[in-house]
Amino acid sequence: MEDKNKEIKEITMHNKATLIVHSGDMDKLYSALIVGTGALAMGMEVSMYFTFWGLERLKKGALEKGPLSRMNMLGLGKWMVKQKMRKANVASLERLLEDFVELGGKILACDMTMEIMGIKKEDLRDDLISEYCAVGTYIKEAKESDITLFI
Amino acid sequence: MAEIKVDCINETCPVPLVETRKALRKASSGDIVEVIGTHPSSKEEIPMAARAMGLKVIGVEEEDGVWKIRIKK
Repeated sequence: MEDKNKEIKEITMHNKATLIVHSGDMDKLYSALIVGTGALAMGMEVSMYFTFWGLERLKKGALEKGPLSRMNMLGLGKWMVKQKMRKANVASLERLLEDFVELGGKILACDMTMEIMGIKKEDLRDDLISEYCAVGTYIKEAKESDITLFI
Repeated sequence: MAEIKVDCINETCPVPLVETRKALRKASSGDIVEVIGTHPSSKEEIPMAARAMGLKVIGVEEEDGVWKIRIKK
């Protein structure tokens, strides 16, 4: 059993994905969380850096509040896409985020964004965030990663 | 050796993959995880993920659009 776990750990260690979540748009958040949970499911280690408009979505109650990146049409486009998603039984952003954390994904919050946007720790879903950090941490993690994306 | 069943019928991307991974994390070495589902790409991708983690895929079958994948941890 230990050998097998060791093997899994070793594979995981050399396989890392680091994502920057810059956008707070609903569709882009879907892309980020699907890639993030998918990478975890494939046995990779994953870190997601939330910055700028992405970080806004980690405020309490804000996860599903983003507009569509295109054809939002004052929310009508988003509403239509959500209907289609419900029909196709697509998981909610909330569920994907919970899965991401449950599978051991790391969520990092950009402290500079917090400062310029006046976001306090208590405004954010602190229980999900593993670290408050800056660009140095991202570069360090990205250097060790096989995949890095800016969304 | 336990057998863990995961039902992903009518679930779409990425839920079948994610639920499989959750079950595999909870399973002990030697346990069998059996996943059933309908999402077409997951039928290819779940075995891909299992192999990427060094696990053995015991069987993949499909009947009337419902696939069944068995993985040994």
